[in-house]
Amino acid sequence: MKRTAKPVFFIVALLILALGYTSIFGIYSNYGDRRDTWIRGASDIRFGIDIRGGIDVTFGPEDESLEVTDDQMQQVQDVISQRLVSNNITDNEIYTDTANKQIIVRFPWKTDEQDFDPEQAIAELGQTAVLEFRKGTETETVTEEQLNEETGEMEEVEVVRPVGELVLTGDDVESAAAMYDTSSGTSNPEPVVELTLKASGTEKFSAATEELLSTNGIISIWLDNEQISAPQVNAHITDGKAIISGGFTSFSEATSLANLINSGALPFSIEVKSFNTLEPSMGERALDLMVMAGIIAFVLVSVFMLVYYRLPGFVAVISLVGQVAGSIAAVSGYFGFIPSFTLTLPGIAGIILSIGMGVDANIITAERIKEQIRLGKTIDGAIMAGSKESFWAIFDGNITVLIVAVVLMGVFGPPSGFWATILKPFLFYFPAATTGSVYSFGYTLFAGIIFNFIMGVTASRLMLKSISRFKFLRKPWLLGGKRA
Amino acid sequence: MKKEINFVGNAKKYLCVTLAVLVFGIVCNIIFGTQLDISFKGGTLLKYTYVGDLDEQSVSDFIGQQLGMEVEVQLSSNDLTKDTNLLTVTATEDISLEQSTALDEALTAQYPDQQLVLSNSNSLNPSMGRLFFIKCLVAILLASIFLVIYVALRFRKIGGWTAGVMAVLALLNDVLVAYFAFVVFQIPLNDNFVAVVLSILGYSLNDTIVIYDRIRENRRIMDSKCSIAEVVNRSINQSFTRTLNTSICTFIAIATVAVVGLIFNLDSIISFAVPMMFGVISGFYTSVFLCSPLWARWQQHILDKNQANKAQKKGSSPKKQKA
Repeated sequence: MKRTAKPVFFIVALLILALGYTSIFGIYSNYGDRRDTWIRGASDIRFGIDIRGGIDVTFGPEDESLEVTDDQMQQVQDVISQRLVSNNITDNEIYTDTANKQIIVRFPWKTDEQDFDPEQAIAELGQTAVLEFRKGTETETVTEEQLNEETGEMEEVEVVRPVGELVLTGDDVESAAAMYDTSSGTSNPEPVVELTLKASGTEKFSAATEELLSTNGIISIWLDNEQISAPQVNAHITDGKAIISGGFTSFSEATSLANLINSGALPFSIEVKSFNTLEPSMGERALDLMVMAGIIAFVLVSVFMLVYYRLPGFVAVISLVGQVAGSIAAVSGYFGFIPSFTLTLPGIAGIILSIGMGVDANIITAERIKEQIRLGKTIDGAIMAGSKESFWAIFDGNITVLIVAVVLMGVFGPPSGFWATILKPFLFYFPAATTGSVYSFGYTLFAGIIFNFIMGVTASRLMLKSISRFKFLRKPWLLGGKRA
Repeated sequence: MKKEINFVGNAKKYLCVTLAVLVFGIVCNIIFGTQLDISFKGGTLLKYTYVGDLDEQSVSDFIGQQLGMEVEVQLSSNDLTKDTNLLTVTATEDISLEQSTALDEALTAQYPDQQLVLSNSNSLNPSMGRLFFIKCLVAILLASIFLVIYVALRFRKIGGWTAGVMAVLALLNDVLVAYFAFVVFQIPLNDNFVAVVLSILGYSLNDTIVIYDRIRENRRIMDSKCSIAEVVNRSINQSFTRTLNTSICTFIAIATVAVVGLIFNLDSIISFAVPMMFGVISGFYTSVFLCSPLWARWQQHILDKNQANKAQKKGSSPKKQKA
């Protein structure tokens, strides 16, 4: 067995400290106003809505008995995504739980908005917009039984509905876009909306336009039984690309019709099944407190390790720095290959918990070394034997917590995520989690174990073997033996 | 050499302590009942911050009338931001977004001076909550099965299935202790409950495994004349300091979180850290004092029985004992 060289300790310790420093402070460069992020620090962590405040909402079909295909669910998700983006909410999470016909949307409070109205935001997202293309513009007025929200009784309400023959629904529309029509050749190009239909719509639209062309009929466009446009048919359209022209006084008018058609392309009506909104001020305070708790816990555990285990304790503290830094790096997106992860309060609790659990690997090793020293072994022999004998106990112990972390991530994570997919055979019947904060705990627990293995086993051993070669440290009592 | 503690010999005493704790928990459960958080039972939770004073009864009546359902209202001081108070509204039914918006407006109109601001609103269909609750219970069961399979596979050599069964019973005890911590402190069961229970399972099993591991090793190196009780006692004593110290470190970490949570009244942290504290203690206790000592007695029992059977067949009395 080759002996570990003295400088190894300093190399490993410096690497760990460098990881610790950069994982917290990151590496940025400033060129004038431009700020480049080379390595993401703690300030780049995405915090969950329990810290930053925000909205967690579940949408589902209004008609529970509706048969819904996975494609249709995907379509709903796409529409909601698009609405989020058009509302300038780019930092969002959106999951589809196809088995239970649910779409879960989470997004944080916008930092620049002082009086952000969460209810308004949810209402806009879930706007029940059913898009229909009908022949003609005729409507009828019918009386319908409707539930009065205030009195809780059924009452009769007059509803205006279009009656023209249905040509297309939102399902048949691929996209709509506003553009300038330059075909007329005039110096003043006209704003138009270009409509692209799916294969399912192309044929129907072709038949309808062919029939209506002879009479210069109208195909009206309805969003939730409200007429948004009623263009005249001027051509027989066979290729699924139609142009709605005329009547737009400005380009933005055309844009808003295109947006309405796009966002209205929901295959069925959805409604809010559950919602959770959180205002940010309390969560931010909680974050400060948890960071404080983490620092206190770290100091207390470090003191305990130093006092009780001396030299291996000192090594344990350095490797603990590495483990915590690794956990922070795993959520901030420090390593290019690990995407950043939303950190919630339970997630932070997970990091703190793994501070306590993490020293286990060092404790097991240190106890074994102590035993060997007391049996009269030499320092090198004791460290070798102690490291070798403790490996499988540490390994087995870590696997159990790993199993737990995987189950937690599968149960609380996004339904289409990797971990949920693994557990699907067992949990397919159940809906997605109604809250998302524990997912983060599972993740930090998982990251904690991985880094515990790297730091508490590999790095700790390298450091201990190398540091024990310094003469002034070669004293049995530093490794738990009796004081000479 | 330090005096060894006779864990196996005292197994019955340790079992009595555990049973006493469990009985205490059951009694508390009967008295206090079990509360479920909104994420499990569904319903509505609204939190408003306000300044000045509010009359609980009149606010309750007003909100109940606005929503058209029975509501419970609680006024408290806000521990996080000292300058405002907190109005908490709970109902067993879920409300629609429109109802929530309407209530906001009505409250602002009714109590303009109190500057009510909605800080947290949560509404969940009760059937969805129930299904999620069952999912969580299934997840606990699932994790337990995975863990036991792992233990049984790893420790085939020391009588895998008996070791597995003992580990399950110990785990069951840990789950119950974590559950009773929620009951005794009257914390509604929420998603943190699952996180706590599963962490305790992993953590407790980790301790048990380290001891099993030591038993496996000692069986190899100790004199084969040593009885199972001796091997197990030696193993527990050897790993005792390690188990204790790891538990102390874990306890320090989680207790710090719990204390901060309690001082500032952070619900989501208290419901995580306080039960976890008790779980850590329970996990330590079950793996050191219950799991392995009881397993040793069971193994001994099996051996004695086999010996007796063999002896009967051969027609001679059992003199020698093989471990």
